[in-house]
Amino acid sequence: MRHHLILRVITKILVGAIMLFAFYVQFHGDFSPGGGFQAGVIMAVAFILYGIVFSLDSVKRVFPPWLVHKLVALGVLLYAATGVLSMFLGYSFLDYDAFVPSHPSSGQHYGILAVELGVGITVTAVMVAIYYAFAGRPPRLSDEEW
Amino acid sequence: MAVVETTRVAMTLYDHLPVLQVLVPLVSAPLIVLIGSRRLTWSIAFTASAVSFVIAILLLMQVIDGSIISYQIGGWAPPLGIEYRVDAANAFVLLLVSGISTLVLPYARESIKSEIPARHHTLFYAAFMLCLTGLLGVTITGDAFNVFVFLEISSLSTYVLIAMGSYRDKRALTAAYDYLIMGTIGATFFVIGLGMLYMATGTLNMADLADRIADQGANRTVRAAFAFIVVGMGLKIAIYPLHLWLPRAYTFAPSAVTVFLAATATKVAIYVLLRFTFSVFQPKFMFEVNTLEFIILPFAILAMFAASFIAIFQTDFKRMLAYSSIAQIGYMLLGISLLTETGLTATVVYLFNHGITKATLFMGVGILVLRSGGSFYNRIQGMGKTMPWTSAAIVIGGLSLIGVPGTAGFISKWTLVEATIEKGWWPVSILIVLSSLLAVIYVWRVFEVLYLKAPLAGTNYKEAPLTMLIPMWILALSCIYFGLATDVTLTAARAAAQGLLAGSAGMF
Amino acid sequence: MGFELTQEYILGHMNYWLFSVLMMTGLYIVVAKGNLVKKIVGLNIFQTSVFMLYISTGKITGGTAPIFPLDMEVDPNVIYSNPLPHVLILTAIVVGISTTALGLALIVRIQEEFNTIEEDEILEIERAIVLAENAIHGDSMGGRA
Repeated sequence: MRHHLILRVITKILVGAIMLFAFYVQFHGDFSPGGGFQAGVIMAVAFILYGIVFSLDSVKRVFPPWLVHKLVALGVLLYAATGVLSMFLGYSFLDYDAFVPSHPSSGQHYGILAVELGVGITVTAVMVAIYYAFAGRPPRLSDEEW
Repeated sequence: MAVVETTRVAMTLYDHLPVLQVLVPLVSAPLIVLIGSRRLTWSIAFTASAVSFVIAILLLMQVIDGSIISYQIGGWAPPLGIEYRVDAANAFVLLLVSGISTLVLPYARESIKSEIPARHHTLFYAAFMLCLTGLLGVTITGDAFNVFVFLEISSLSTYVLIAMGSYRDKRALTAAYDYLIMGTIGATFFVIGLGMLYMATGTLNMADLADRIADQGANRTVRAAFAFIVVGMGLKIAIYPLHLWLPRAYTFAPSAVTVFLAATATKVAIYVLLRFTFSVFQPKFMFEVNTLEFIILPFAILAMFAASFIAIFQTDFKRMLAYSSIAQIGYMLLGISLLTETGLTATVVYLFNHGITKATLFMGVGILVLRSGGSFYNRIQGMGKTMPWTSAAIVIGGLSLIGVPGTAGFISKWTLVEATIEKGWWPVSILIVLSSLLAVIYVWRVFEVLYLKAPLAGTNYKEAPLTMLIPMWILALSCIYFGLATDVTLTAARAAAQGLLAGSAGMF
Repeated sequence: MGFELTQEYILGHMNYWLFSVLMMTGLYIVVAKGNLVKKIVGLNIFQTSVFMLYISTGKITGGTAPIFPLDMEVDPNVIYSNPLPHVLILTAIVVGISTTALGLALIVRIQEEFNTIEEDEILEIERAIVLAENAIHGDSMGGRA
C-alpha cells in the first residue's frame, strides 16, 4: 500500500479518533446507547483499519497476538471476578449492591462499569483475533498476481 | 468474611451451590487460556470438572425428596430477575453431565495425543470446559432466554470440538459446518418460539410462563410458540427426520469428544423439551396432546426401526453407534409421548442409562481407534484376544444397549414397556421388543468381529493405557451396578417425573 | 376464519409480514444455494428477521423512550416502550456474530482442505473418499453398505 498516500494519512488521523469514540461509547453505556460490546467492536475497528491500510505485520507489532489471546481470557475473568467479589461480600452472584451497601445505586454503577469493561476488553481482543486469524492465512495468489 | 447488616443474613457457600455449578467450569476456561502451559491445563480442567461433579451430587441430595432450590442471580427476585432453579429432573441431568465430563477428561488426555496436534491441546480443553459450562447452564437455569444463551455457548464449542477431528479425517470440517447450519436454525426457531411466548405472556421466567399460559388458555400465539419450540429443540435432539447432522458429527469428531457429546448433548436437549412440554405448556392443552400422540409418537417409532436398520448395515463401528443413538433417542421420545408418570419416569431413566451405556461403548471405540488407527470392522478384527479388557467393556456396553437383564439398559427398557402396557398401548410394547431384537443383530456383529475373527496379520496391539481403561471400566461397572441396584436412578427419575407433571404447581 | 382482509390488518401487521418474508428468504438461501458462504449469508438474514420480530414488538404505540426524567418524577400517564427486547436482541446479535465467525473460519479450512467451497463439488470429493474406503473395508459386510 505504499502508493495510497491519502489512505495512509487519513488513517493515521482517524485511528486516534476512533479509539476515543470507543472509550466514549464504553463509559457512557449506562446513560446512552452503548456499552461493552459496541465499544469493543469500535475499538477493534481502529486496529483492523490500521492493519488493512498498513500491513498485518505492523499492526501485529503494535498489538502482538499473544497479548490478544491473553486479553480475551482476561476480560471474561474480570466479569466473573466482579460476580465472585459480590459473592465473597455475602450477597448473591453479580449482586452489585454489595459494592456500596449503604447506597445501592452507586454500587450498581460500579458493578456495571466493571462488567462492561470486561466485556469491552474481551470483544476488542476477539475481533482483533478473528482479523489476525483470517488475514494471517497464507494467500492463494501473491500480491503481484492481483 | 461476610458483611452482615442488621436486616440480612450473609449467604453461605452452600447457598451459592447452584451458581457455582456453572461458574466453576466457566471460570476454568479463560484460566486455561491464560495459563497456557500444557501440563497445567489438563489439571485445571479435571479439577473444575470434578468440583462440578461434587456440586451436582450435593444438589441432587438436597432435591431428591421433591423440594426445589431457587437462586436469584444478582439479587433480583423472579419473575423480573434470572433465577437458577434446581429440582429432581434438573439435578439428575446435572449429575449425568458432570459425571461423564469428569470421566472423559482422564480418557481424553491420552486419546487426543494421537488425534490432535499438541499445540492445540490448550484450546481443546478450553473449548471442552465451555461446552460443559453451556450444558450445565442449560440444565440448571429457570429463565427461558437463559436456556438459549447457554445452548448457544455449548453449541458453538461443540462445533469447534467436532472440527478438531479434521486432523484425522478432513470430513470433520464439513460435518461441523453442517451441524453449525442445522444447529443454528434449530436454536433460532427456539428463539422465535420464545419471542412469541414473550409477546403472549410478557415474561421469560419458566415458572411464571407456566402460570400465565395456564391462565390464558391456548390462543394461536401460544400454539405457534409450542410448534417452534418443539421443532427447534427437535433439531438439537435429533428426532428422526431432523437427525442428519448426527452420524457424521459423531463419526468424524475426536473420540473423546464423541464420548462426551453422545452421552450428554442430546440428553440435555431432551431435558429442555421435557421442561417446556410438561412444566411450561402443561399437558392439559389438547394441541399438545395431539402433537405428542400424532406427531412425536410416529416419528419415535420410525426412529426406533429405521435407525436400527441402518445401523445393521454399517461397516464402521463408530457410525453404527451413531445410528444406534438415533434409535435410542426414539425410545426416549416414545416415553415422552405417553404423557403418563410412568412414561416420564421411563424417559428420565432411559436418558441416564443410555448416557452411561453409550459413553462406555464410545470409549471402547476410541481405544480401538487409538491402537489401530481406524474404527472399521475390518481393522478391528480379533482385538478381543489382544485387548481383553477393552473388548470386555465393549461387550458389557453392548449388552446394556440391547437391554439384557442385569444391565442398566434392561431397567430403562423394562420401565418403558411397563409404561406402554399401563397406558394400554400393547402394540407399541411389541414394537419396542421387536426393535430391541434389531439391536441384537448389530451388537452381535461387533462381538463376532472382536472375538470370532482372527487378528489381522502383522498387527500386535497392546492393551490400552490405564488412564483410558479406568474411566471406561468405571462406566462399564456402573452399567451393571445401575442395572442391579436401581434405587437411586428410579427414585430420582420418579421424583423428576412427578415434579415435571405437576406443571406450574410443581415449580413452586 | 375470524378476520377480515382489511387494510388495517395488512398495514397494522406490517412487521409480521416483513418478518415472515425475511425468514423465508433466509431459509430458502440456506437450503437452495450451493456455495457455503452464501449459506452463511442466508443464515444471517434468517437471524436478522428474528431480531426484527423482537424489536418491533417492543415498540408500543405512543410510547416514548424508557428513560427516567431528570428529576426522577415518573408521570404515571406516560407510556414507555419496552426496553427488554432490545437487551435480548443484543445477546442474540452477539451469538449471531460468533456463529458467523465460526462458520467462516470453517469455510476457510474447508477451502484449504477440499480446494472448493461449492457444496456439490465437496459432495463429489467425499463420495470418492467413501468409495475408496468401501473398496478396502466393504467386504466385512460382503459388499457395499
